[in-house]
Amino acid sequence: MFRSHILWLIIGWIGWAIVPWYGFASTRRPATGDWPPSGLLAGLGDAPWLLPLALFLALPVPFVLARSRHTGLALIVGGLGGLVWMMLEGSAITHKGWAWASLAGLFGRLPEGQPGMGFGAMITALAFLFFFTMGLAARGAMKGDRFTTGAIGFLVASIALFVFWPVSTVFSQAMLPDGDISGATALYNRLTARDIWSLGCITGDTRCGVVWNSVVLGTLCGVITTVLGLAFALVAARTDFPYQRALRLLSVLPIITPPFVIGLAVILLFGRNGTVTLFLAENFGLTATRWIYGLPGILLTQTLAFTPIAFLVLIGVVQGIAPSMEEAAQTLRAGRWQTFRRVTWPLMRPGLANAFLVGFIESLADFGNPLVMGGGYEVLSTKIFYAVVGAQNDPGRAAALGIVLLALCVGAFLVQHRWVGSGSYTTVGGKGFAGTPAELPVWLKRAVYGTAIPWAAFTFLLYGLILYGGFVENWGRNNTFTLRHYVTAFGLDWNQYGLLWTGRAWNSLFTTLEVSAIAAPLTAALGLITAYLLVRQRFAGRATFEFMTMLSFAIPGTVIGVAYILAFNQPPVELTGTAAILVVCFVFRNMPVSIRAGVASMSQLDKNLDECALTLGANSAQTIRRVIVPLLRPAIVAALVYSFVRAITSVSAVIFLVSARHDMATSYIVGRVEIGDFGLAIAYSSVLVVLMGLAIIFIQWAVGERRIARPTPQAPAARAQEVAA
Amino acid sequence: MTLATRRTALAATALLGLTLGSAAARADDLVVYCGVQEEWCQAMMNAFTKETGIKVAMTRKSAGETYAQVKAEGSNPKGDVWWGGTGDAFLQAAEDGLLAEYKSPKLAELHPWAQRQAADAQYRAVGIYAGGLGFAVNTEILAKKKVKEPTCWADLVKPEFKGEIQIANPNSSGTAYATLATLVQIFGENPAFDYMKKLHGNVSQYTKSGAAPAVAAGRGEASVGIVFMHDAVVQTINGFPVKTVAPCEGTGYEVGSMGIIKGGPNPELAKKFYEFALTPKAQATAEQAKSYQVQANVATPISEHAPRLEKVKLIDYDFKKFGSAAERKRLLSRWDNEIGNLR
Repeated sequence: MFRSHILWLIIGWIGWAIVPWYGFASTRRPATGDWPPSGLLAGLGDAPWLLPLALFLALPVPFVLARSRHTGLALIVGGLGGLVWMMLEGSAITHKGWAWASLAGLFGRLPEGQPGMGFGAMITALAFLFFFTMGLAARGAMKGDRFTTGAIGFLVASIALFVFWPVSTVFSQAMLPDGDISGATALYNRLTARDIWSLGCITGDTRCGVVWNSVVLGTLCGVITTVLGLAFALVAARTDFPYQRALRLLSVLPIITPPFVIGLAVILLFGRNGTVTLFLAENFGLTATRWIYGLPGILLTQTLAFTPIAFLVLIGVVQGIAPSMEEAAQTLRAGRWQTFRRVTWPLMRPGLANAFLVGFIESLADFGNPLVMGGGYEVLSTKIFYAVVGAQNDPGRAAALGIVLLALCVGAFLVQHRWVGSGSYTTVGGKGFAGTPAELPVWLKRAVYGTAIPWAAFTFLLYGLILYGGFVENWGRNNTFTLRHYVTAFGLDWNQYGLLWTGRAWNSLFTTLEVSAIAAPLTAALGLITAYLLVRQRFAGRATFEFMTMLSFAIPGTVIGVAYILAFNQPPVELTGTAAILVVCFVFRNMPVSIRAGVASMSQLDKNLDECALTLGANSAQTIRRVIVPLLRPAIVAALVYSFVRAITSVSAVIFLVSARHDMATSYIVGRVEIGDFGLAIAYSSVLVVLMGLAIIFIQWAVGERRIARPTPQAPAARAQEVAA
Repeated sequence: MTLATRRTALAATALLGLTLGSAAARADDLVVYCGVQEEWCQAMMNAFTKETGIKVAMTRKSAGETYAQVKAEGSNPKGDVWWGGTGDAFLQAAEDGLLAEYKSPKLAELHPWAQRQAADAQYRAVGIYAGGLGFAVNTEILAKKKVKEPTCWADLVKPEFKGEIQIANPNSSGTAYATLATLVQIFGENPAFDYMKKLHGNVSQYTKSGAAPAVAAGRGEASVGIVFMHDAVVQTINGFPVKTVAPCEGTGYEVGSMGIIKGGPNPELAKKFYEFALTPKAQATAEQAKSYQVQANVATPISEHAPRLEKVKLIDYDFKKFGSAAERKRLLSRWDNEIGNLR
């Protein structure tokens, strides 16, 4: 008998017998008394199909109490049975009655259906799930480790529910018959359409297919962001560059910028009537053109936006390379270049591959920048968006394009897997070390400075201008100072009833902050646990599992948005119109980045560390908490920051999920940009940037730094001198 | 600081975050999907709450986005009223059976085009405003280039406008689809496509959103944007050198509409809103919010800035034919094949 068995049995009973079974906060439900009925009460009332659940909850009880040999089997049967029954009754009885007419014939008509599942159902389902995984552990799965089986079970179940189910709902639309054309033929036609694959721009005078546009853009973006991210990471971790903090801040700024804003700033600088363009035209006699619209513009804005992500992935890796290896190389008389080429570089490979993968996929799934800067350059994500919402309104086509996009991302993922290979990248072993990182070769150092500093200066300039744009009447036309935009958005008033939030942006700002603050820790936790399972545990279907976790990331937000509405608009899981759907969407959409960051950092931790802990009697939960988590702090910061920020700045998925009660900041900003009210959009964005900056500082302070070396009071420079002496 | 205090700090922020959001509306508020500019949406909802005391929860989305959402939510609707946005989307939603039939006693007070929209939609939608298609012309750039301002559709294919014109992509924008349908109705289908092929040489960009060419013309990124005239007026009001031009051959128009979502949570409140939205009082909110469409109720005063439809040569736009899903699909795929594919 384990304490956890008892615990989950109790939780299961509470979830079924006490907690309200149906409905989350804002969904409709029949008003029956003050306390909405629990599973038990509803079962005794007009929902008798909830009563059999007691059977499954009761089944393991005697076995657990009697410490029977067959406890494991009983838990498996009870858990699995309960889950299956919940799935059956949930899908058979919708909000309108029986889902299938044949059932009505069998059991008679229902007076009314059942609403969506609520907290009670959620808790009970969780209990059933853990019955099942604890049962498996008791039968010897994963060396009997209840934490590992539980974590795998929980992740698989939630990914199946919140990723696989909605995505397959929307993709099944690609098979919708098109007029008289049958499903299979329609699917074939949609997948092979000329506007997707055509090579006309090389062979003739028509446009190239949208796939080629996306691939070219994604590859360029992946390469450039990786290079820039690496340069920043090397400057931050391996040089004595004096303004490191400023550099790091600048490199983080673009990810905390709401979409469209960078694009706007770039247009206002380099557009045909932009400041820089006009300056060049007047002073050097160049003709003002629209060169920025199209590939150059998208690439520029995407590079600005995604370099910091590459930086966040790489900084953990570069910092994690133990200097002892480099010192060993240098002791063996390797030069600086040789050390870098033969030791440092190979150790960075998983980081580089992950950074490229993230850059590539981000670029493919990005929607805001191609929308603003695209010109005539069409990419998959915008095409999908307009296949859904455009005048064409063809969900089948959108689904087919989504499949193509997904295939591209999977392809990139496989290539990355190949390249990283199965070598060992561990550098953080059990032994403490206090070495000095090897100096970079001189020319490499110059190259790194030469890339990072101009880029940082450019970013700085852009942000100065954005900030400025919020304070002038009408940027570019009427540059008189005004606070008008801020007052419109964030006005406060005071009267006899107290403080009045009169500004138009308050509502969406509060929702945004609330949703993001809830989503971020969940995302980071789930992502890192997944990373731990992927790196440290061997189980059947691990590769499939890894692929599934990447799924929601690779699919453009628009498709996810529509998928979520289709899947979660009616019982059994009814979430539309609540804040929960936004949280869930953000968690599962942003989780892959925390997974990537976690995998990259965790590949560096020697497995001996875990084994030591296990040998000393810790279980895997303890190992994670006491050994791995402290060593993963950079990855935790990256995951928290990324998920918080992305929840605030994402647009495309959110546009369908926001409801009248839960509007988000970005969908408000998009509306402003659409009608050309750039001032207000920029003012709002500036406020968001400042808020997110504060949040990042808070996260870093709360999580703390990772200490790999033995604590030394001296600064690294002083230490280096010591070594030299 | 110790880990324990850090955790407390984290938990405290999470709680703070939760309490911040407690301003959420109650479940029995009216839910409106709004398809016009945000300012007007706000003004309209405030006016309704002031008049009736009923609280409104409102989301602003483009017509296409709202249509996609209403369709996806079809089996269990979450919205009550869909107010504002291009009439085509409403006709389509009516055709799909997503909107509820409702005949307002105020129908007789409306302009004929609004009543016709209601009839075309089998009374599942009604016209609430109208706006004609035209050009947003940047006078500053044209003066600098010494090019005469365009007054007719035919002017736009002249060589001096090469790279100077922007129009939205009809696949993504209702505005551009209305332009396509208008050209087909003015010139006939084949000449219209010949015209658009010539126009293609002068177009610098097919934007995604319908109003974007007006913004571009205001900013000087293009000198002519083909847009709804009320979108061009907004740019002028915002201080850009934009002149609104109605084409001499005649032009099409949109009828912005309203409909009650079938099976929505609060049908009675929805009807109250519907009735209110058709009064001159409600329609006067448009001008206060810098929206210059012509309002449906005959008694609503027309703003001095609004492009007056009686001064424009309007064609007899066949909304029923060009709003139908089949015709739309046919024209769009022809546009894709003959124009969208050109480099």
